[in-house]
Amino acid sequence: MIDLLRRIGLWGRGMVVAIPYLWLLLFFLVPFLIVFGISLSEAMLAQPPYAPLIDWLVDEDAGTTKLQILLNLSNYLRLGGDDLYILAYLNSVKIALVTTVCCLLLGYPMAYAIARAEPSKRGPLMMLVILPFWTSFLIRIYAWIGILKANGVVDNLLQWTGLTTEPFELLYSDWAVYIGMTYCYLPFMVLPLYATLEKLDPTLLEAAADLGCRPWKAFLTVTLPLSLPGIIAGSLLVFIPSVGEFVTPELLGGPDTLMIGRVLWNEFFANRDWPVASAVAIALLLFLVVPIMVFQHVQGRQTEAGR
Amino acid sequence: MAVQPIRKPTRLEPWQDPGQKPYVRIEKVTKTFGDFVAVDEVSLSIYRGEFFALLGGSGSGKTTLLRMLAGFETPTEGKIFIDGVDMAGIPPYERPVNMMFQSYALFPHMSVEQNVAFGLKQDGVAKAEIKERVGAILDLVQLGQFGKRKPHQLSGGQRQRVALARSLVKRPKLLLLDEPLGALDKRLRERTQFELVNIQEKLGVTFIVVTHDQEEAMTMSSRIAVMNHGVIAQTGTPTEIYEYPQSRFVAEFIGSVNMFEGRVVEDQADHVLIRSEDAGCDLYINHAVAVPAGATVGVAVRPEKIALSKEPPVNAAANAAANADGRNVTSGIVREIAYLGDVSIYLVELKTGKTVRVTAPNVVRRTEMPITWDDEVYLSWRPFAGVVLTQ
Repeated sequence: MIDLLRRIGLWGRGMVVAIPYLWLLLFFLVPFLIVFGISLSEAMLAQPPYAPLIDWLVDEDAGTTKLQILLNLSNYLRLGGDDLYILAYLNSVKIALVTTVCCLLLGYPMAYAIARAEPSKRGPLMMLVILPFWTSFLIRIYAWIGILKANGVVDNLLQWTGLTTEPFELLYSDWAVYIGMTYCYLPFMVLPLYATLEKLDPTLLEAAADLGCRPWKAFLTVTLPLSLPGIIAGSLLVFIPSVGEFVTPELLGGPDTLMIGRVLWNEFFANRDWPVASAVAIALLLFLVVPIMVFQHVQGRQTEAGR
Repeated sequence: MAVQPIRKPTRLEPWQDPGQKPYVRIEKVTKTFGDFVAVDEVSLSIYRGEFFALLGGSGSGKTTLLRMLAGFETPTEGKIFIDGVDMAGIPPYERPVNMMFQSYALFPHMSVEQNVAFGLKQDGVAKAEIKERVGAILDLVQLGQFGKRKPHQLSGGQRQRVALARSLVKRPKLLLLDEPLGALDKRLRERTQFELVNIQEKLGVTFIVVTHDQEEAMTMSSRIAVMNHGVIAQTGTPTEIYEYPQSRFVAEFIGSVNMFEGRVVEDQADHVLIRSEDAGCDLYINHAVAVPAGATVGVAVRPEKIALSKEPPVNAAANAAANADGRNVTSGIVREIAYLGDVSIYLVELKTGKTVRVTAPNVVRRTEMPITWDDEVYLSWRPFAGVVLTQ
């Protein structure tokens, strides 16, 4: 047995590499193919609620058995034909983009401050960034409901300062979604940014100053370009899951906060149209593969340049 | 061992000319980090066109002093004047100073040309002029064809020259160099030392260089300040520092030295006689010292100034006074010989138990050398060889 494994290169180093590959094959590629298969079938009232893709047709009269493969492309055509899906996609991208920009604007100064803090303080500060993860995600979102609702913390504060007189509800709007999602994904932005900013050699800034460069310009010409890998990594880590986000918009968003995650949920559970839901999922995936590939390309080039 | 200074003294040196105003004046500068005193009341005057070396071990405060000149650190006390202007409160980007960093600090995301052009761009120099000046300075450091490369595509020596070009392209009046040759291998370092001196003389820039390498300081600089624990132990030309150290620290830091302890028995205007248990003979030195008779002093004798012989040395006329009654002559047994090619180092154990280091040029081939292990030899030196150290 070991001999056989050795012969096909699946022993020692091969084994170590094979484990993650096997994992990805089992838990990513196989489910993906199942979903892809469902997306090409037809919805029907049955259990499971879709027609099988491959069927053996046994014709007893003619005494023949036929293999029938039915590929139904109409699910994908529906995605293009119905405004709902396109609007949901566009709105998801918009919300994800706003979230990413907010995370970047908030996260960059945070990461910079932590990276420039005394070495002994960096650990505890990073800990504070990660700390919210130790509480259930849902509980944290429910806490935001309490903060944002009418007569909630924000509303009371605004009324107390006299900025508003009427009860004012931030909850169930796109604003609430932006706030909630920025809050959720901020650590994903801070972590990679901190990693690149911490590695940045402070003598480079001294060199820039020595050559007559003012601090803000040194930031633009030295710090910012050199932290680009962190910006890209953080932005993708925030953007990609934001596009498909379901829970936060569902709990904080209004009825008209249309996102692809909610459409997906509706198709699966409300309409029980698994094929269309699968097509939405596959389209979303393809749509996300492009930024990942761009990211990896840029990352690869950066690593090469850094050597 | 010590390389003679390569500059020829053609005129009165500026630090001896009372009419000259110093270009850099450091007045009682102190810098503390918490409880640690990095620089302790240092005062220095450095003149235009000098190649000035701050020499010291790690933690001697030399780099802190340099960083205060560049403006990266603020003196806790004292003042720094550059060209007569008080530098207090002037940020690094407004000082007429450029610095070459020990790590070179090249911008990794910019090409060699962009790195060199960076400083000129900050000053808003016209594009055409930037191109011309960057090209000229890259030619000067022999990197003309490497302009498009990124720093990581260059060797250590090439990076060092990019860093030099980048700090010189703005034509600063004062260039600070922090261990400029530290990262280079020995052969490249020697060649670059001469290149640096040539460039400095060609451009007439004042250089202040920080180094821990005494040989480097001796080769390149017009004057050296030896630093120890935040204090300047001695300032002088390389010859002064080497031949007339003022303290044991300086004598031992620069080159190698044999230190004999002794008591002053005779102090005249033209000579001093010291009785040394250590050396096993009386030491005769042809300069006077200002210490009372009977005081304990140290006498430093450089290894290359001691002559070795198997026969008792003949009293030549010039040495008659010195070597009379066995002064400056002692004997011992050769314990170790290190053959370095051009010279050999002999470790001779004196009868008193002290080990003395002697270097002698290998005039004949190693195999024909008359002195070998366990030989009894005589050591002698001339009256000018010793330096009396009271501190």
